[in-house]
Amino acid sequence: MPTFYGKEIESRLMLGTAQYPSPAILADAFRQSAAGIATVSVRREAGSDKAGQAFWELIKELDVALLPNTAGCHSVREAVTTAHMARELFDTPWIKLEVIGHADTLQPDVFGLVEAARILSEDGFQVFPYCTEDLVLCDKLLDAGCQVLMPWGAPIGTGLGLNNVYGLRSLRAHFPDVPLVVDAGLGVPSQAAQAIEMGYDSVLLNTAVAKAGDPVAMAKGFAMAVEAGALAYQADPMEPRDMAAPSTPVLGKAFLE
Amino acid sequence: MKIVVNGEKIDVKGTTLAAVLEELGHGGAKVATAVNEDFVPAALRETTELDAGDRVEIVAPRQGG
Repeated sequence: MPTFYGKEIESRLMLGTAQYPSPAILADAFRQSAAGIATVSVRREAGSDKAGQAFWELIKELDVALLPNTAGCHSVREAVTTAHMARELFDTPWIKLEVIGHADTLQPDVFGLVEAARILSEDGFQVFPYCTEDLVLCDKLLDAGCQVLMPWGAPIGTGLGLNNVYGLRSLRAHFPDVPLVVDAGLGVPSQAAQAIEMGYDSVLLNTAVAKAGDPVAMAKGFAMAVEAGALAYQADPMEPRDMAAPSTPVLGKAFLE
Repeated sequence: MKIVVNGEKIDVKGTTLAAVLEELGHGGAKVATAVNEDFVPAALRETTELDAGDRVEIVAPRQGG
């Protein structure tokens, strides 16, 4: 099972907490997913509505590790301040660092990401960077102090799956000892299985479950998929080949005209 | 004194961050704060004096992906 910053997690699924039809469905989906980590955020709170306080009560009952994010931050300063507020609120050094660089694709501002990762790592944060699958970027994130990498599969919320299998596979090969998580872009369980079959430690998703017609069933589907993927990876899959090779023995076949 | 809380201009009586939080109904609530884009830890709210025009952010746990 994956270990992030010294903490072993009993699941290969990290699940977001946003966009569910109801708090009850969120809780059921988490139970069926067996996710070990929930992502959360910090948002403005009005003294009158107490929405955050109610959410806090719900999230405590899930009994999972919390990974707060800096979602929606477009500058280093904004991300760093948000990370500090999240650390105090959730009482964890973990931070899913997002520094968004483009409004349409929500792809990371990789330059700001490295800068923010360095600032936060030096300040004692344990950074989970939401990044692209660029090898050089990932090298720089490790230099900046990150001990986990979270490349996207596809843009957030698209459900397109693993857009650059070569790039993701290349990261796995270059960083055999770094925990790797495919974060964002997954739509169906087979895509999660594919990531884990490639040796990825975990997948992080939200929309694929929360926006499914039946989020609870989809959560269970993803749980089964990451388990299947892990078994396949451990089982050392066969090499694909171009030419057919009969699986039934040729020897002993009757000669029939 | 007029300050900006979560993007909205409002009038407050309190002069410290702690007093303003209490005044706005956040006393004892699980919130985190920033003033003029800098994080202010809970332990420093009592001693953080506010000036007119300061921008205060008050945030709480929320759903996220």
